[in-house]
Amino acid sequence: MANGESEVGADAPAGGFVQLLTPDGERVDSVTTADGMTYSVDFTDDEYKELYRDLVTVRRLDAEATALQRQGELGIWASLLGQEAAQVGSGRALRKQDMAFPTYREHGVLYTRGIDPIMPFGLFRGVDQGGWDPNEFKFNTYTIVIGSQTLHATGYAMGITMDGKIGNADGEAVIAYFGDGATSQGDVNEAFVWSGVFNAPIVFFCQNNQYAISEPLERQTRIPLYRRAAGYGFPGIRIDGNDVLASYAVTRAALDQARNGQGPSLIEAYTYRMGAHTSSDDPTRYRIASEVESWKAKDPIARMKSFLTKQQIADDTFFGEVDETAKTLALDLRERVLAMPDPQPVTMFDNVYPHGSPEVDAQRAEFERYHATFEGSAN
Amino acid sequence: MAETITLGKALNHGLRRSLESDPKVVIMGEDVGKLGGVFRITDGLQKDFGEDRVIDTPLAESGIVGTAIGLAIRGYRPVCEIQFDGFVFPAYNQIVAQVAKMFYRSLGNVRLPIVIRIPFGGGIGAVEHHSESPEALFAHVPGLKVVTCANPADAYTMIRQAVASDDPIVFFEPKRRYWEKGEVDLDADLDQAFPLHAARVVKPGTDATILAYGPMVRTSLDAAIAAAEDGRNLEVIDLRSLSPLDMATVYASVRRTGRAIVVHEAPGNLGLGSELAARITEECFYSLEAPVLRVTGYDIPYPAARVEEEYLPDLDRVLDAVDRSFGW
Ligand SMILES: Cc1ncc(C[n+]2csc(CCOP(=O)(O)OP(=O)(O)O)c2C)c(N)n1
Ligand SMILES: [Mg+2]
Repeated sequence: MANGESEVGADAPAGGFVQLLTPDGERVDSVTTADGMTYSVDFTDDEYKELYRDLVTVRRLDAEATALQRQGELGIWASLLGQEAAQVGSGRALRKQDMAFPTYREHGVLYTRGIDPIMPFGLFRGVDQGGWDPNEFKFNTYTIVIGSQTLHATGYAMGITMDGKIGNADGEAVIAYFGDGATSQGDVNEAFVWSGVFNAPIVFFCQNNQYAISEPLERQTRIPLYRRAAGYGFPGIRIDGNDVLASYAVTRAALDQARNGQGPSLIEAYTYRMGAHTSSDDPTRYRIASEVESWKAKDPIARMKSFLTKQQIADDTFFGEVDETAKTLALDLRERVLAMPDPQPVTMFDNVYPHGSPEVDAQRAEFERYHATFEGSAN
Repeated sequence: MAETITLGKALNHGLRRSLESDPKVVIMGEDVGKLGGVFRITDGLQKDFGEDRVIDTPLAESGIVGTAIGLAIRGYRPVCEIQFDGFVFPAYNQIVAQVAKMFYRSLGNVRLPIVIRIPFGGGIGAVEHHSESPEALFAHVPGLKVVTCANPADAYTMIRQAVASDDPIVFFEPKRRYWEKGEVDLDADLDQAFPLHAARVVKPGTDATILAYGPMVRTSLDAAIAAAEDGRNLEVIDLRSLSPLDMATVYASVRRTGRAIVVHEAPGNLGLGSELAARITEECFYSLEAPVLRVTGYDIPYPAARVEEEYLPDLDRVLDAVDRSFGW
């Protein structure tokens, strides 16, 4: 599936992308790329409806987080607004046994893994540094240092090969998420080299949301990102990142190739960061409103809704119920975030080393002694 | 013309002056152009000096410093911005293995007048990698100079001195003090300026010497005010230069006061305080009334924002150390 340069939707960038659902909600039956890969989806009406529900839900949860941040309940929030289709499609494409390595923005992928959406809020509220057990959830911890996780994902994928867990439909595969900006990091390029050399069962999923904070894509690359893969010796393909069906179909195929032993691939999901980089950012300083407006017309949820409506798969009763259910989830999330206790300060000395350290233990004891003197003086 | 401006604005003015006074000065980093940097330290500079002199780089710190080296060999004077302390490590190889050693390796033929600006320290309620104090990791490397400013006036002067210096300099900026205001003489000439690598007594005193730098200078000054109420007259020294250390100023003070307390946010183990304690002990042994004490971050990764107040040295911990020193 080299280069995906076949299907050019009306709104596609030069070179085209795989699109199975147009911004107007028209289904494209299937797409065959230059090298003969054919992409399609074969969903029941209920499955389409569940994808729609996912999209609406992750957007609603994200909006709640943005509100919580504005109200001072979170230190910072990295919104996924606009990237729902890329995340839900690829996330749903994972099989149970697959492992995901996120950045700090993959709340939508996290949700599709069946994980309680509150999980990353410890990090954003500042009560922990983003702690959970990656192996329990098949979802690594969020990674903030740009690009690092692509190497971790590659190593994990090498381990799958070493364990002999590839070569058939039950094999395991890995997906590594990262942004357009991350593609400039040495780590990401090394991950490409390693996965190529070791034929690692990995899918590199780049959400090209057109910006790395203030810097537009042109600051990171001269060629479309998906074409970088060719230089590392594995297939690269671009998809309409606002099309949940393309995201699902192409990721599913790439993961299945990986689990079957056919090695790595790169997917560039062409999308747009509709909001600020994070709640600390002010995008009006570096991009114009009309650009944002033009992407609104490509909204991932609106196109799915119009498809479901036109195909008479769903009606307003369904859409209303989805909105209500999402709202209930969001309000429940809000309550639970507000109820998150602040950590006991002394817990900062926990988990520094698996085997502990007498020095840390001594400092913990001194810390407790010192703070006890304050409690004493308060009495 | 003296103006009251923030520390961040003072750096901005200093960088502007540097760009004006030498056409070879270039600024490079992530988001330093249109955005003016995430802390707005380079605000407006790209608009006024152009995209060739204020360069939005690809997102790659090793690339930022590595290409700065090449630009410097070619005669430029790059000022690199690292967005946050925790993001310098992709560039650590270039800084330690190349920037620090080039002059030595080239038998003194190649100067690398590079400034690497790093906002450092905690106290801003941030997520992981945004609150660290890695200064000792650089001060330990021969061939690098390391400085940090603590107030707007020094920020304005020191950044200009650093850019004008032919030594490679890692310039730590106390990010939580970016918004603190102070008076700055914007017309001040560099020739008359206080030397870049000299420490400064920012509050004279007689009873004990507090050695601090960067964000902890303010904390130490506050502690000195509080201590005065207990009748203790503390001297506070802003070290300013972490490598080289201006030990003459430190020794003179400690010989007078007989007590020294080092304050920094970085973990204590092999931090600046370790070096200061060792040298003071070697040189001022007979003047000391108590061992050199350290008030530092703990030897743990920087903790979650909601407990960082308990991690960071504060006024109470400095005063506690003063008490311990006097209780010796
Ligand atoms: C090594 C490193 N350098 C700088 C940063 C600061 N930073 C955080 S996000 C970001 C931009 C990332 O852009 P991209 O990879 O496109 O991902 P997006 O945020 O757009 O999803 C930068 C520069 C960082 N986190 N890590
Ligand atoms: Mg991006």
